[in-house]
Amino acid sequence: MFPFSFDKVSTEDEALRAAAAGGRFLAGGTTLIDLMREEIEQPRHLVDINALPLAEIRAEGSDLLIGALARMADVAGHPETLRLHPLIAESLLEGASPQLRNAASIGGNLLQRVRCPYFRMRDAACNKRMPGSGCSAIGGLNAGHAIMGTSEHCVATHPSDLAVALVALDATLRVRGPEGERGFPVEDLFRLPGETPHLEHTLMPGELIVEVWVPGGPPARKARYLKVRDRASYEFALVSTAVALDIQDGRILGARIAAGGVGTRPWRMRASEAALIGKAPVREAFSAAAELAVRGARPLSGNHYKVDLLRRTIVRALEMAGEMT
Amino acid sequence: MTTNSIGKPLTRVDGRAKVTGSAQYAADFNQPDQAYAVVVGATIGLGRVSGIDAEDVLGMPGVIAVLTHLNAPRLAYLPHKAVIDPAVGERLHALQDDLVHFHGQPVAVVIADTLDHADHGAARLNVRYIAKEPTVEPVGPGATTVIPAAGIQPDAWIRADTSRGDADVAVARAPVRIDAAYGIARENHNPMEPHATVAAWDGDRLTLWSKSQYVVNERAEMAAVFGIPADDVQVICPFIGGAFGTSLRTWPHVTLAAMASRKVARPVKLVLTRKQMFSLTGHRPRTHQRIVLGSTTDGKLTGLVHEGMGETSRHEEFMEALTAASGLMYACPNLRTRYRLVPLDTGTPNHMRGPGEASGIFALECAMDELSYELGIDPVELRRLNEPTIDESSNKPFSSRSLLECYALAADRFGWSRRNPAPRSMRDGRLLIGMGAASASYPAYHAPASARVRLLADGGAEVEAAASDMGPGTYTSMTQVAAETLGLPPGRVRFRLGRSDYPPTPSHGGSWTMASVGSAVRAACIAVQQEVMLRAIADQRSAFFDAMPSTLRWLEGRLLREGGSSQGESYRDIVARAGEAIEAKGSAQRDAEVAGRYSMHAFGAVFAEVAVDPDVGTISVRRAVGAYGAGRIINPRLAASQCTGGMVGGIGMALMERTMLDRRDGRSVNAHMAEYLVPVNLDIGVLEALFVEEHDPHVNPLGVKGLGEIALVGMAPAIANAVFHATGKRVRDLPIRIEDVVAT
Repeated sequence: MFPFSFDKVSTEDEALRAAAAGGRFLAGGTTLIDLMREEIEQPRHLVDINALPLAEIRAEGSDLLIGALARMADVAGHPETLRLHPLIAESLLEGASPQLRNAASIGGNLLQRVRCPYFRMRDAACNKRMPGSGCSAIGGLNAGHAIMGTSEHCVATHPSDLAVALVALDATLRVRGPEGERGFPVEDLFRLPGETPHLEHTLMPGELIVEVWVPGGPPARKARYLKVRDRASYEFALVSTAVALDIQDGRILGARIAAGGVGTRPWRMRASEAALIGKAPVREAFSAAAELAVRGARPLSGNHYKVDLLRRTIVRALEMAGEMT
Repeated sequence: MTTNSIGKPLTRVDGRAKVTGSAQYAADFNQPDQAYAVVVGATIGLGRVSGIDAEDVLGMPGVIAVLTHLNAPRLAYLPHKAVIDPAVGERLHALQDDLVHFHGQPVAVVIADTLDHADHGAARLNVRYIAKEPTVEPVGPGATTVIPAAGIQPDAWIRADTSRGDADVAVARAPVRIDAAYGIARENHNPMEPHATVAAWDGDRLTLWSKSQYVVNERAEMAAVFGIPADDVQVICPFIGGAFGTSLRTWPHVTLAAMASRKVARPVKLVLTRKQMFSLTGHRPRTHQRIVLGSTTDGKLTGLVHEGMGETSRHEEFMEALTAASGLMYACPNLRTRYRLVPLDTGTPNHMRGPGEASGIFALECAMDELSYELGIDPVELRRLNEPTIDESSNKPFSSRSLLECYALAADRFGWSRRNPAPRSMRDGRLLIGMGAASASYPAYHAPASARVRLLADGGAEVEAAASDMGPGTYTSMTQVAAETLGLPPGRVRFRLGRSDYPPTPSHGGSWTMASVGSAVRAACIAVQQEVMLRAIADQRSAFFDAMPSTLRWLEGRLLREGGSSQGESYRDIVARAGEAIEAKGSAQRDAEVAGRYSMHAFGAVFAEVAVDPDVGTISVRRAVGAYGAGRIINPRLAASQCTGGMVGGIGMALMERTMLDRRDGRSVNAHMAEYLVPVNLDIGVLEALFVEEHDPHVNPLGVKGLGEIALVGMAPAIANAVFHATGKRVRDLPIRIEDVVAT
């Protein structure tokens, strides 16, 4: 492991000051410590923020507010989560393993690094780890990689399950930094790789995620997360979708569809959503919407299967949501 | 013999030590003043090292030494091969030259005062290479097929080619024919415990606390590598955290640990990383197989062709019994088998649970299933129709064979009669349900082994053998054999293993530990009883002074006179009078004459039920039942545990496990437990192992055949056949994946 210094902070001011001086925040550590062991990440200074009072989970009206330091397991099992946004609980429980969910924070979950194996091998070319070195995945093994939002510089998928659900639910983030506090949609946190795959998110230097705000409303009620993968737990998605339907009198009034495992960031399918409006919640309508979702997909040498699997996963997830009472 | 330890479901005698953490595994044997060694692996797939900037690392905190081919001692590497080493080729020599044969091959070792310092030094070591493009794909440019040289020897254990009758003509003329190709991905053993060695020199004497399934051979191998007498090497390994075959051989990291210890004149600990275990400690070779079956319209096999090819390294020809079971599983007058190797620029494969049979029987049993649909005959009935009366590959009778009994028992338990034979006909709600069956077989091997028994003054016994316990329960089962033979309660027997200076035993693999070591323990117990009796007869203070041995007998640990009514004398009485423990050694090997007369194999039948999601293609194994005819079952609890463990391995083989290599540089891309998938609890349905009662007087005095390997064999084809039954899609390449099932 690369030598580093380590500090614990107990107030947000201390945290922001430490970050301004170049420190990296450490919460659950489930991504960062792993990567430090492999010397993929080499932070010189770690700032342990676990003592900050940012772990609260609460309701405001029909909205759900989740502190950035709340643990995945705590959020998934919280009565307000289950009451207001069971989709979030479902997406969390589909992620990682119980051990990891006990340790990993919500803020860290959103900022976790990609699972591309070449990113995680120091001796392989990777533009994300070493800009300009090339992308090993494009000409290599890429069955798990993205079919949307890719560039010639990077094709890695964003690995978070929770992020897919949050993007579907139009959740927003509250962050604080040297310039004060701001809020923006979770969807805007994630950058496309483009020519700068090493830049993964839109936080300013030294900014700290403090809270996730999930609006309530009709989409919360008929919402499901479907994750398709090669084993039943402790495995990233080949394809996943978070869907929500607002159905009244047999017609779809509103729909949300986001997908994981297929995009370089959580992928919202707005054309598919629009196509469902006014339709009866039946398989034909779901299939037509799914067809729109895969338009523009650009599979790599090893992941052509994802196009069809995405279509199938969307259809099935919409059916599951439609069956909810 | 009324204490009857054998056959009892004893819990593990070492269970408490394991769950309380007092069991010591190789890396737990920390030594005073110990240094840490970390291996640096090549980052190219083929070529040579052109430079190493060791000086930069030597200046780093805590770093004591950097070993490379430039400064490593030239080692003796005397010729040495054990049964677990490939018969042809030469083992990889550690740091003896600048050549890189495969990705990950050790090119340096960084030794430091702490693991962190050694790790960091290893990460910073800059190694320069002249790289060539390796060939790592068994099919394609650069890959050539060779005849395994050891397979064409007259006494070959695994034969490159076999035939009887004329199989090619038979299948060409057969009214019903199956001709199909099957592939199996490379698998890595991935036990929980990593390979680890703590090495310490005392002058020219070497002690190794080292993860090994074969401490006797690790001693011999290290003696040969360093050119020192075997008596000067001691290997200690009391516990193993899983192995599945990966620790049968002594791999180069053991040499590196010893070399490092000698270099820094301190004990050195070397633990391989999970990633390194994907390139340095063997794997189940990728195989490509073709099966051609010819049959009459009423289901009698007329011809069988089994061609198989497995990967190996360029420097060694690793062989496994890929096609052997096809010669004896069914009655078939015309047979041809062919086994070939493809040398590649990778590390050498090695035996992985069910080696050869697991892969070969997968192909055979899928083909039999395909034939059953072609014929419209129930798959189980098809096996019954082709049950042989003898082993047709050797023309010898089976010492015992219970395949049909296994099918009957398992089918009943599984509920096979509820199966609708039509593919895609059974559902549970939306889910497609499939039921599949497959046969399993594995040879009942036996190798010479020895053991020592010491009767103590308190009337208890200590038993020692060099053996290993990688999980099956050797500690417990040997305790039972000794207790039963001596007529003592199991609690009075202490069995020890895992030291190279204990009486020698064969490798802990090939399902022969129970048969071989168990027979030796039994022989040693009988020998010590004989010794104790002679002491009594020679002792004036004994009631049996001067008695004729033939008039005495043992009952529940007491020496009695035939027909006499006295209490006799206990071990404790006799040993106490002797004033010292009474000890005897015993050894056992299979009677060559009996071995020449019979074909000895365990058989089994495995049934699996899968549920397949027709929309998104996920496959889950809901339940499986395996029935095994494996001779006498020493401990039904441990035997069932071993079998269900093997079934879990079969789920991995069928649906998950594959090591993926990047053809550009040969690296293992998923060398990580998050990306090399093995089943988690949620993937494992209800598994059940049943045993057919089998009395086989020929295999060995204990009547045991071994279970470790056969437990995995048969599960993967049962699952693959169930997936076909559920979906109507025949997937012939393992692992079966979601995209295979949903592909249109």
